[in-house]
Amino acid sequence: MLLKRIAAVDFSVLNPDMIRKMSALEVKSADTYDKDGYPMEAGLMDPHLGVINPGLRCKTCGQKMKTCPGHFGVIELVRPVLHSQFSKKVEELLQATCKECGRVMLPDEKIKELQEHVKKTGADLTKYVISKARAVKKCQHCNAQKLQMLWDSPTNFYYNKLRIYPTQIREWIEKIPEDELALFGYSLERIRPEWFVLTVLPVPPITIRPSITLETGIKSEDDLTHKLVDIIRINQRLKDNIDAGAPQLIIEDLWDLLQYHVTTFFDNNIAQLPPARHRSGRALRTLVQRLKGKRGRFRYNLTGKRVNFAARSIITPDPYISINELGIPESIAEELTVPEFVTKWNIEEIKKLVKETDKAAYLVRPNESRKRITPENRAEVVKEIEQGFRIERQIMDGDIVLFNRQPSLHRLSMLAHKAKIVPYRTFRINPIVCKPYNADFDGDEMNMHVPQTEEGKTEAKQLMYVQNQTISPRYGAPVIILDEDGVSGTFVLTLKSTKFPREEAMRILYDSGIDEIPSPDLGKEYSGKLIFSTLLPKNLNIEFRTKTCKALQATKKCEKCVKDRCEYDSYLKIKNGKLLCGVVDAAALGEGKGKLVDALAREYPSDVIAEFYKKLLRIAVTLITMKGMTVGIDEYETSEATVKVKEDSIKREMEEAEALVEKFRDKTLEHIPGRTLEESFEINMLRLGARTKDAVEKHIMKERIENILSEKPKLNTIVMVVSGARGSATNLTNVSGFWGQANVREGRPRRGFKGRLIALNEKNDVGALAGGFISRNFVEGMDAKQYFYHSMGGRQGEVDTGVSTKVSGYLYRRLANALKDLVVNNDLTVRTANKNIIQYSYGEDGVFPMHTIKGMPISIKRAHELGKKE
Amino acid sequence: MPVEKVSMHYLVPKHEIVPSEKVDEFLRKFGVERDAMPKILEKDPAAIEIGAKKGDIIKITRASHTAGEAVYFRAVI
Repeated sequence: MLLKRIAAVDFSVLNPDMIRKMSALEVKSADTYDKDGYPMEAGLMDPHLGVINPGLRCKTCGQKMKTCPGHFGVIELVRPVLHSQFSKKVEELLQATCKECGRVMLPDEKIKELQEHVKKTGADLTKYVISKARAVKKCQHCNAQKLQMLWDSPTNFYYNKLRIYPTQIREWIEKIPEDELALFGYSLERIRPEWFVLTVLPVPPITIRPSITLETGIKSEDDLTHKLVDIIRINQRLKDNIDAGAPQLIIEDLWDLLQYHVTTFFDNNIAQLPPARHRSGRALRTLVQRLKGKRGRFRYNLTGKRVNFAARSIITPDPYISINELGIPESIAEELTVPEFVTKWNIEEIKKLVKETDKAAYLVRPNESRKRITPENRAEVVKEIEQGFRIERQIMDGDIVLFNRQPSLHRLSMLAHKAKIVPYRTFRINPIVCKPYNADFDGDEMNMHVPQTEEGKTEAKQLMYVQNQTISPRYGAPVIILDEDGVSGTFVLTLKSTKFPREEAMRILYDSGIDEIPSPDLGKEYSGKLIFSTLLPKNLNIEFRTKTCKALQATKKCEKCVKDRCEYDSYLKIKNGKLLCGVVDAAALGEGKGKLVDALAREYPSDVIAEFYKKLLRIAVTLITMKGMTVGIDEYETSEATVKVKEDSIKREMEEAEALVEKFRDKTLEHIPGRTLEESFEINMLRLGARTKDAVEKHIMKERIENILSEKPKLNTIVMVVSGARGSATNLTNVSGFWGQANVREGRPRRGFKGRLIALNEKNDVGALAGGFISRNFVEGMDAKQYFYHSMGGRQGEVDTGVSTKVSGYLYRRLANALKDLVVNNDLTVRTANKNIIQYSYGEDGVFPMHTIKGMPISIKRAHELGKKE
Repeated sequence: MPVEKVSMHYLVPKHEIVPSEKVDEFLRKFGVERDAMPKILEKDPAAIEIGAKKGDIIKITRASHTAGEAVYFRAVI
């Protein structure tokens, strides 16, 4: 509903007459309370200025504390002072006008011309006028000589090196003709710049500077009140001195002091002035300080919102709860409540809850009167409970709560969980939901919120429940996925070589909550694939090439894919919920590519995937615990064959590098199009390094991968690499091959001494070994030189992560803030909060990525597969 | 070289004025007034070229990553 549209907001300056008119009282006394504790008449705490005591009535408007808005008072300043926040504006005027006649120091025609321009365009010509007037020596209107005008920030002005006082400044500004003020951007009807010289000071209502009574009975005044006391006191002294005919010097001193107090009343943090301090030595928090900065009114109170029914704690993992559940510590559950409405269907349950437990905290009657439920009055309360009443009870298992981790960068940073009350003091989440939150357990804290209405609870469950969010709304592929040990474990489980005797099979299945054991498929033994199949829905059909297939391709080249007859067990086929062949790895489970979980999430009700994940993680964890997944130093020892390959490759590299250097020196090196000789040389050196490392990497993988195909595979790093759980071939090469070329800023490290990287090298040696090539690995350890090269690259990595998180974080924030109110409406238009159109059809095609397959509306291939299902 | 017509440039999408008899239908379809629509200046080179005047609605047809071809409407101010 749109009642009124705001067309414009106009900021202006208060007219002194206006200040007098809006004030309820002229404040004359510097005292606040008399010795009996009553406010002084015409003092700073006069009840005409508003009420801060509950029960009392305002002497101006007659309303009570909650309704009286407070009323301004006024201080008549004996001598005018400058408003420090406007002294820049005052300076501009004084620079460009004549002290004698007040006219702008430009020729008449020029003024006319500029006025026309302002009228037409509304431009602010202040800067231009000042720069033109600067060159002028004499006023063109009254012929008076122009003398130097100096501004000593914040409030002192000198003309011809003589101090000019606010009275004089005011007279000067008053002389400036109205139509010439337009050149400085002033709208004549609204602002006269002489108001920048204060003759009268508004006193803010008591309501914005309330005094507080400490437990000891001593009244403590607000900082603003303290400042006003100073102003009034000096004002009074100045008056007395003037009346008594004191010497000019004393009067000027007092005048300056009054100026200081008024200036610090507005802003107590001006560079040139010492801040006014409290008796304790603390700087006073005056008007500007109240508004400015992180803890100021805007960012702290207006933009920063606080909520009730929230909790925050450290998170720890619990693979034994469902992905939908959130373990809530008892101590938190005892503090937070949800309302439960008494109806004829639940009245008995609620009575039981009140009678037998201490979980009910309050009884709320239909007239909103509340009663605390204690062990003593339980019986009484139970008798009172009727339909239409409401109780507020602690959160219990099954309640819907929201869970959030900052930074909330996407929709999935806040999800709805089902509460499960657990002992100890941390929030417990299933490690599978770490991904959307981007959480880990190295001390991360997260926030929980408890929806208080039926609408809230329902909406949260429908829209934000974890199991409904497994597909990313951003790119239409799985985001809630198994990772690390989950993938490794599943991979090991589904290896061809994995089989269990009956006892082990029973233990694994029982651990995952399955209490029926299928009949064995390998004589008396059970294959891992059979156990995995128990988790699948009975009508699931899917087939695809596994991640392992890609890893194997480096070494075993198949002429043509034979699909489900793959001899390396690298083609996955599920028929009627039975895993017939293939290992389950990142291609089935991984983020953005997991074809199996993608199918489960899309083609079945969402509790299927929740169940699947819960059971699979348990099986994977149990299995990996049983079998033990570990590494030893021997795993990383370089085999003789590898050492040979490595040495040969490096030797070849050295020779080739030598040749390149030679060509570079003779300038016979072939240029890469668009590059200089030097650039071409560098690029060639880099490519050479990469090629050498590639060769060794291939060899290492070839050697290690045999482990997986063997009858009794060792569970170590290669399992993680091949299954896509963690790590890469490059990581392995770094450990047991060699590091290769160190990289700084997309090139070989360059900066260091003149003509060389480090003092160990010959000057002007551009060869591989002097340019950051590292021929050794982590197991061998590097020599000092190579270690230093490595550190150069390492340092850059460290700096990059720091800088890029900072920069991209801020960019993202700005984008998110700019777009946060945009909504896709039912007609698919994207509109702002006030219904202005941004797009006529969301994303120009009206497609919601969450309901697509990786951004494509339909996958023809999958549609075919589904067609074959029946 | 000065370009005579901006529409000759390959990056400038097709601009055309929505015929006045269709304007009401359009506004009703999206439930908007002109001030809630994206705007285009009367002095925009593309608007000048097709002779659009204040109050007209311009239909812009352009290539789109997602939809192949997308239409957009701007009110001339």
